[in-house]
Amino acid sequence: MTTNTINYGAAGASTRSRRRRLRLADAGIAVLLWGYAAIVLGPLLLVLLNTMRTSQEIFRDPVGLPTSLNFDSYVRAWKEASFSTYFFNSLFITVASVLLATAVSALAAYVLGRYTFTGSRFLSAFFLAGLMLPFRLAIVPLFLLLNDLGLIDSRLGLILVYAATGIPFSVFILSSFFRQLPRELSEAARIDGAGEFTIFSRVMLPLVRPALATVMIFQFVPLWNDFFFPLVLLRSTEKWTLPVGMTRFFGEFQNDWSTLFAGLVITTLPLILLFLVATKQIIAGLTAGIGKG
Amino acid sequence: MAVIRPSTTEQQARPKSRKGVGRAAPAWPTLVAFLLPAFLLYTIFMIWPLVQSMIFSMFEFSGLKRGDFVGLANFRELFTRVPLNEQLPRAFLHNVYFFIGTMAIQNTLGLLFAVLLHRSRFGKRFFQIVYTVPYLISPLVVGYLWSLMLNPLFGPINQILKAVGLDSLARPWLGDPSTAFPVIILVNAWQWVGFPMLLFSAGLATIGDDIREAAKIDGASAWQVFWRIDLPLLTPVIGIVTVLTFIGNFNVFGIVWALGGVFGGPVGSTDVLGLVFYRTAFRGGVDAFGLASALAVLMFVFIFGVSILALAWFRRLEERLI
Repeated sequence: MTTNTINYGAAGASTRSRRRRLRLADAGIAVLLWGYAAIVLGPLLLVLLNTMRTSQEIFRDPVGLPTSLNFDSYVRAWKEASFSTYFFNSLFITVASVLLATAVSALAAYVLGRYTFTGSRFLSAFFLAGLMLPFRLAIVPLFLLLNDLGLIDSRLGLILVYAATGIPFSVFILSSFFRQLPRELSEAARIDGAGEFTIFSRVMLPLVRPALATVMIFQFVPLWNDFFFPLVLLRSTEKWTLPVGMTRFFGEFQNDWSTLFAGLVITTLPLILLFLVATKQIIAGLTAGIGKG
Repeated sequence: MAVIRPSTTEQQARPKSRKGVGRAAPAWPTLVAFLLPAFLLYTIFMIWPLVQSMIFSMFEFSGLKRGDFVGLANFRELFTRVPLNEQLPRAFLHNVYFFIGTMAIQNTLGLLFAVLLHRSRFGKRFFQIVYTVPYLISPLVVGYLWSLMLNPLFGPINQILKAVGLDSLARPWLGDPSTAFPVIILVNAWQWVGFPMLLFSAGLATIGDDIREAAKIDGASAWQVFWRIDLPLLTPVIGIVTVLTFIGNFNVFGIVWALGGVFGGPVGSTDVLGLVFYRTAFRGGVDAFGLASALAVLMFVFIFGVSILALAWFRRLEERLI
């Protein structure tokens, strides 16, 4: 049925009407896509604009333009609401976790990707399994373990946990990259008398740099954003990360919306910046395993 | 490259390949040195606690101290103790609604955007990036952001509704038990829609355009191409998206905390398993750790079990369709 219409449409007078219909469809699609883009960007823009207005102005008219470039709200959030503390805690914990996880994962991924040996397939599957495990459910034993190690309310404890959660994804991605490197490279180095570790660090590691970037950036985002583990594992406010600090902040500053909005921006800005410089890696990480993005 | 290798039988047997796999592995001490750090970190801080959850679920706890073996008593307690016996089934139902709502709204939108962007090459990259931006924001922060947007007194949403003459629609979105949970599902979809979109885009990119062109030459409409070609060939991706959505939705925590509080208010209308689990473990009574471990085991078995079954089911479906 439909086939017929199209065949007739291709011949003669109705071609023009069909083209017009297509153009109309294109316009409809454009409206839909831009409309949704507005739904995404609108609230974010509103947050940004409202940081430059006073709370009185916001209460009088929630949707409005700032009258001047006023960054007092950021200063208040940074100093009075301890965002400076939360921010550097988040930064330190996230960066340390990502570096640790990537370092140990690269080592493991190298031998798992390049060699077959007894147990190598089991180990690959063992690491891969971590991708699917709802890890938060292990919080009770984890809490007791860290308690025994004296690592409750400790940044180091959180870093070790975070690094462990980053290993499955990193091993998975890195080993598939190591696997694809040509054998001649390592053979040449071996003939020159290089040991396994030298081959790994001098020859192979530099070649998987793009994958390292993907793996590191992709770990960074969820760790920076994590709320559950610091909520449970950190006690003292001077060790809190941004998301936990946020819960206190929203109670204390509930009548100062200008500062609340500034807090939201401070928490999110590093990730937006990261996204802008590393869009490709983030999208590659999200779609890992399903062809090309 | 005429490199003379110490010839091992393995290398002679295999055709010379460019890939590095298959070479005789280094000696055990070297292997161990490479593998041990990751293995220890991962096993001690991830796998072992998961295994221990199962053991702990059958023990009595008194504060941080493990007591006697109590068999399935903790599991029984989950379904009999007030208020858990009410909160648990309710939270479970909410998670089910969350999954259904997310599949219907977020993932359908994601598929729609992926298909539209795949056809109109113009601006594809731009829209993909814009739609993915909220994914970067912490779920907790997204929750707080929208709690301000939806504030009944000073929130821009009600303000905008009034400005365009829809006063009757303005309401305390998060204060009303009948709207609070649907709103959370929408806010969550707002955050995550870019994720299914990217996965579907990647899936569509692997389906060659020639097969679509061929169908079009045979006279298939755009609609038919979508239903008869794109959708069946996307089955594997639909499977992955469904399972990841399921896992994500049954672990939802931060966004609900920010929008409904730790008790999933108003009056428990937004309570979910993640919050019940947290409250049981860290705001429960003195025997909380045993109970929470039992709950963890139930949730683990359910989430993991359903995921495995769903993946297997999608694989069968895929074989039948393709």
